[in-house]
Amino acid sequence: MLISPDDQLSFEKSRPGRRGASLPADRCAKDKLFEKIPDHFKRRRPLLFPELSEPEIVRHFVNLSRKNFSIDTHFYPLGSCTMKYNPKVNEWAAGLDAFANLHPLQLEKTTQGILKVMWDLEGYLREITGMDRFTLQPAAGAHGELTGMMLVRAYHDALGQTKRKKVLVPDSSHGTNPASAALLGFHVIELKSNARGRVDLETLEKHLDDETACLMLTNPNTLGLFEEEIMQITKRVHEKGALLYYDGANLNALMGIARPGDMGFDIVHLNLHKTFSTPHGGGGPGSGPVGVRAKLVPYLPVPLVTQQGQNYKLDFDNKKTIGRVKSFYGNTGMLLRAYVYIRSLGREGLFKASEDAILNANYLKEKLKVAYKVAVDEPCMHEFVLSLKSAGVHAGDVGKRLLDYGFHAPTVHFPLVVEEALMIEPTESESKETLDLFVKAMIEIAKEIIEEPDKVRMAPHTMPIRRPDEVMAARRPILSYRDQLRERILLAEGAPT
Amino acid sequence: MHYQPLSTEDKQAVLDGIGVADINELLKGVPSSLRHPKINIPPALSELEVQRLLRELGSMNQCVGSSLSFLGAGSYEHFVPAAVAEVTRRNEFYTAYTPYQAEASQGTLQSIYEYQSLMTELTGLDISNASHYDGATSMAEAALLALRHTDRTRVLVSEAVHPHYREVLKTYLRGTPYEVEEFGLNADRTFNVDDFKSKLNDQVAGAIFQSPNFFGVLEDLEGLSDKLHGLGALMILVGHPLAYGALTCPGEWGADVAVGEGQPLGIGLQYGGPYLGYFAATRSLMRRIPGRLCGMTQDSEGRRAFTLTIQAREQHIRRERATSNICTNQALCALAACAYMTLLGKEGIREVSEINMDRAYYLRSRIGKLTGFEVDMKTPIFNEFVVKSAKPFSRIQEKLVKKNIFPGVEITQFYPKFKNEFLVCATETKTREQMDAFVEKLAKC
Repeated sequence: MLISPDDQLSFEKSRPGRRGASLPADRCAKDKLFEKIPDHFKRRRPLLFPELSEPEIVRHFVNLSRKNFSIDTHFYPLGSCTMKYNPKVNEWAAGLDAFANLHPLQLEKTTQGILKVMWDLEGYLREITGMDRFTLQPAAGAHGELTGMMLVRAYHDALGQTKRKKVLVPDSSHGTNPASAALLGFHVIELKSNARGRVDLETLEKHLDDETACLMLTNPNTLGLFEEEIMQITKRVHEKGALLYYDGANLNALMGIARPGDMGFDIVHLNLHKTFSTPHGGGGPGSGPVGVRAKLVPYLPVPLVTQQGQNYKLDFDNKKTIGRVKSFYGNTGMLLRAYVYIRSLGREGLFKASEDAILNANYLKEKLKVAYKVAVDEPCMHEFVLSLKSAGVHAGDVGKRLLDYGFHAPTVHFPLVVEEALMIEPTESESKETLDLFVKAMIEIAKEIIEEPDKVRMAPHTMPIRRPDEVMAARRPILSYRDQLRERILLAEGAPT
Repeated sequence: MHYQPLSTEDKQAVLDGIGVADINELLKGVPSSLRHPKINIPPALSELEVQRLLRELGSMNQCVGSSLSFLGAGSYEHFVPAAVAEVTRRNEFYTAYTPYQAEASQGTLQSIYEYQSLMTELTGLDISNASHYDGATSMAEAALLALRHTDRTRVLVSEAVHPHYREVLKTYLRGTPYEVEEFGLNADRTFNVDDFKSKLNDQVAGAIFQSPNFFGVLEDLEGLSDKLHGLGALMILVGHPLAYGALTCPGEWGADVAVGEGQPLGIGLQYGGPYLGYFAATRSLMRRIPGRLCGMTQDSEGRRAFTLTIQAREQHIRRERATSNICTNQALCALAACAYMTLLGKEGIREVSEINMDRAYYLRSRIGKLTGFEVDMKTPIFNEFVVKSAKPFSRIQEKLVKKNIFPGVEITQFYPKFKNEFLVCATETKTREQMDAFVEKLAKC
C-alpha cells in the first residue's frame, strides 16, 4: 500500500504524557514566578492539544503530504494559476540564515543586503511591466488589487472627483476583481464580452462616463485571448478621466512580449507566486506587488525602498500615501525568491518562459480540438478554455477523472462566460512528453464520456477519498476537533441529524 | 535555461503540431507597436553564480542568528523544532495549489483542519479560519466584520495596539463611511478605561484591545466584554499567541474575535514576512468570517473527508457580495504553525509560555537596577517591556550593534511623545548568561 491507511487526526492519536519537543529546564527566577502573577491573568481553560512524540508527529505529517498532488509530483494544468516549477535554488536562498533570520526592525545599516534585493527586484518589475514605481507590500494578488483600488480612490479624491464610484469589470474577470472594488464601496458594473470573448468597445463606451473610476482588466484575459483593441480601450477610458487597472494574473504570457505600461495601464498588480515561480504553498503565502505610473506614485503605501548613493533605505516620506497595507514591508521571503528567479533566467530566459508557455498552450489546444469544443477557436496566449456544454458530463467531472489519470484537474467552471468551462494552462515548465501524455488521457476521457459516462461522473476512483459531501459539510459545519466532540455528544443525546 | 524543457528540436515539433512556422503567427493579436519592448534586465546567471551572488548579498546583512537580539515589537525570535522545516519542505505541501480539488488535497485539507482545531483551542474561541496575511490585516478584517455585523459606523481601538496594525486599519477604512477612534493610555502603558468608556455609544460596532499590548504589558480585561455586549458591540482581542499557553485566553476574557500575528508559532523572522494572521471567532459569527474554512464531512463511501466549506462567503462564488476579497492566504505558514503546536503539545506550549515570562522578568529586574535606566517593575508582562534611558537611545544602539547586540526597538519612532524609550524582548531563546552579558554592556553605555 502506497499511502498509509491511517486517517486519524493528531488529536485522536494523542496519549497522555507523550512529548514532541524538549525545552530548557533551567529558570532564572529564584522562586516560582508564575505564582506571583494575579490569578485572573492565568489561563484556566484546559488546552486540548495533542500529546505525541516527535517520530509519530513526523510520520503523521509526511503521510498527510502523500495525500496531496503537487507540482513536484504531478502536472497541474490550472488555468490562470500558472503552476510553474518552483526552482530549488530559490528555496536555498530563502533558507540562508543571512536572510531567514533578519528582524524587520533592525537598523538599516544591518540589512543592506535584503534592501538591495528589494530595490533591484523593483527595478526588474518596472522593466518587465513598463511601470514607474512599485510597492512590494501587498501579501497576495487580491491584496494587491485592494491596494490598487485604494490608489484609484485616493487619486480621484485628490482631484476632487469624488463622484467617481463606478468600477467596470468584464464578465470574464476573476472574482477577486469585483470583491476588491466592492470592499472599498465602489459600484461594480459587469461588461458583457463580445462573441470573441473580448471587451466589446460599444458596451464599454455605453458604461463609461464621468462617474467611472476605473476599468479592471486581465490581459490576456481569462480565455487566454489578447485584447487586440487594447490601445483603443485604454484611450477611451483615459478620455473619460478614468484609470486602467491591470490584473497581472496572466502576465506569464507577456514577459518580453508586451508591457502593460506600454498599453496604457495606470496600475498593475503582479502575482509573484504565479509568474515569478514562488511556491503556492497549498494556498499561500503569495506576494502581490503593485506598480503605478508616475502620477500615482505619491499615493503608494509606505515605506518604499530607495537607493541613496551606495546605500539603501526605507523611505516613509510619501506625502499623499494611502498608508500601510501590511505590517513591515511585504512577504519579503517571497520577494527574495522572485529576485533569484529573475537573476537565474535573465532577460532571455524570461522571454523564453513566456514564449514556451504560449507554445505549450497552443500545442495542447490543437491536439485537444479533435475531441473537445474550444470556447473561442483562434490562436491563444498561455492558456485556453474548452467547453463541455452538451457533452453529457460536467466540466468538473472531467477534472475529477483526470486525477485518476495522474493529472491535476484544470480550472473548472471558470471563466463564467463559458458554460461548462475547462481552463487549461500548461506553463513553460512541461516537456512535450508530458503534454502528449495529458492529451492521451484527455482523448481517453472523451471516449469514456460517450461509452461509459458514469465512470466519469463518479470519478475519481483512485484517490484517498471519493467525492466529499459538500452539502453535509456546509449544512452542519464541523470545523474543529472540539466540534467533532460536540457533535458526538449531540448525537448521543438523540439530536436530529 | 534549465527550468524550461523545450529544446530547439522540441520547439520545432511543437510548432509543427500547432501547424505554424513561427511563434509570431500566434501573436498576431498583439499590436505590433507593443511587441518585443527593450527590457533592461541583466543576463542569466548559472546556478553557481546565483549562489555566489546571494552569499555576497547575505554578507551585507547582520542577522539575528549571528547576533544577540532583544528585538520584538510584532516579530519574535522563538525556538523552532527542526521537524517543522521537515514538514513544510515536503514538496507535496509547498508546491501544491489551493485545495479546491479535495480528493487530491486531503493532506493540505486535514492539516488546515488540525490548524483550525489548534487555534480554537489556543484562543478559546469556537471557529478559526485557515489564515490571513498577517496580524495587522487580520485585525482590519475583524473590524470590518464587527462593522458589518452590527451595521454600525464606529470602531474603537486602544492606543496600546501595535502602531502598524492601527495604521493598516485606518488604511482599510479610509474613504468608507466608517470611522476609527482611539482611546488613550495610562502612565503604566495600559489602556485608560475612563477614556474608553467615554467614547462608547450606540454607534460603536466593536472595540479592539491588545494583550500583551505593544508595550508588553498584560491588560486587565475583566468585565469589558459584558460592557460591550450590553451595548450590542463586539470585543476584538489582539495578542501574542504563545502568551495564551499559560495566560488568560481571548475566549476567557469574553472576546468575540481573536486576531493577531501567528509568526511566533514556528515561523522565521524573514525580515517581516511571510507571516501568519490568525483569525478566530465565536460560532454566531461563522458566516461572516473572512477567508477559507475547512470542514470535516464524508465521501460517497462514508469515509471521513475534508473539504473547503461555507464557500458562499467567498469571492470566487459571491464576487462583489463576498465577505472579503481574500483568496491566496498564508497556507504554508499555517502548516508550520500546525506542526509547531503539535510538536510542542499540551505541556510544551504552556512551558514555552512560562519560560518567556521567566526570561523577561529576569531581564527586567536586572535592567531595573542599572543607573541611567528606568523600568516599571510592577506591571505584569509576557516577554517584552519598556526601558527608558537617560541617554539618547540611538547612541546606545549604535554602540551595541557594533558589539553584535540588538538592544531593542526604539519606541519614539512609533510614539514621538515617548522619548528615549525602547522595547526589550526576551524569549525562551535567551539564557541567563546572555542576558547578564547584555546588562553588563548596557551598563557601560
